[in-house]
Amino acid sequence: MTDHSPPPNPWQEQIFDTLKRGGVRQVAYVPDAGHAHVIRRVHADPEMRAIVLTTEEEGVATCCGAWLGGERSVLLMQSSGVGNCINMMSLIQNCRFPFLTLITMRGEFAEFNPWQVPMSRATQPVLEAMGLTVMRVERQEDVADVVQAGLDAAFESGEPIAVLLSQRLIGRKKWVAKP
Amino acid sequence: MTNTPQEAMLDRRAVVKRLLAGSPDALVVTGLGSSAYDVFAAGDRPENFYLWGAMGGAAAIGLGLALAQPSRSVLVITGDGEQLMGIGALATIGAQQPGNLSVVVLDNGHFAETGMQASHTRLGTNLIEVARACGINRCEAVTSLDAVDRLAALVNARNGCLFARIPIAADEVPRALPPRDGTFLKNRLREVLKLAPF
Repeated sequence: MTDHSPPPNPWQEQIFDTLKRGGVRQVAYVPDAGHAHVIRRVHADPEMRAIVLTTEEEGVATCCGAWLGGERSVLLMQSSGVGNCINMMSLIQNCRFPFLTLITMRGEFAEFNPWQVPMSRATQPVLEAMGLTVMRVERQEDVADVVQAGLDAAFESGEPIAVLLSQRLIGRKKWVAKP
Repeated sequence: MTNTPQEAMLDRRAVVKRLLAGSPDALVVTGLGSSAYDVFAAGDRPENFYLWGAMGGAAAIGLGLALAQPSRSVLVITGDGEQLMGIGALATIGAQQPGNLSVVVLDNGHFAETGMQASHTRLGTNLIEVARACGINRCEAVTSLDAVDRLAALVNARNGCLFARIPIAADEVPRALPPRDGTFLKNRLREVLKLAPF
């Protein structure tokens, strides 16, 4: 199959590198263009397991199961998926699971699709309401540092962490209306 | 098969007791409600991780655990309502094919915890066909107590991802309440696996 993917931004490879060096073994995801490079890298890595989900809440559960069994894992999703996770996140709080999710934001900067906006606005309040600590990245040069900080807080300190990758960081989605 | 009045309905407590007696080394994840009570009633052990919430999450927790512990049998015991809420997890499990994971659904065709309302398995959904269509190759219909022994042997063998449906009677049985402290349940299971706290 031809790989039509654009060359990755350096920060995308830095995310993969941080997860890999941080001992993350299971990477559960609902795809997003902003996560595409990391997902490709995980699939190609024999030491890591990529787990494609039908809905994001499954990933909350697989991540908790992985920690029960002694493996570090991460959930990759888009802001729209956060709403699907709400009740499953009670698992994290009740059992005090270390938890790390990386969330690509839609609906907040140069968005063409208004259906992305309501959940975008609710993303951070919902995560905080379910007891997660939210860290946000706006600039490319901060990505590696913040993802590393999130990983450390999750797996060294046992905290539930959500890292939001802003839509401005990811860049405008190319939107061409068909004639 | 969907639940029909003609189908032989097994006693849920007897089924679960027999299954766990036959697979004493399995790491067990239960769905919330009656299946958690059944597993607890069969004898509490640190290898049991009971859910009291997170409905729909049992099979997916089992998946993460099974991938992390490939040398252990992981056995999810849940009800039809709980599995229906997490029905997509069957597709996710089918995509991963963990050879050490077994998902066993105790199917009474009803939501027992909330007043015995009919569930989708009573109204037409065939969970065995769903699981098979999701790519889980080994799908067992367990229709007698003796067949539970064979199911336990398959759980122990760990040579293929397994889904089983056991039709059970929609009887109310006395509640047997496992611990509700999730942190305790997590830590005691990890201790069995010799995993250090962070």
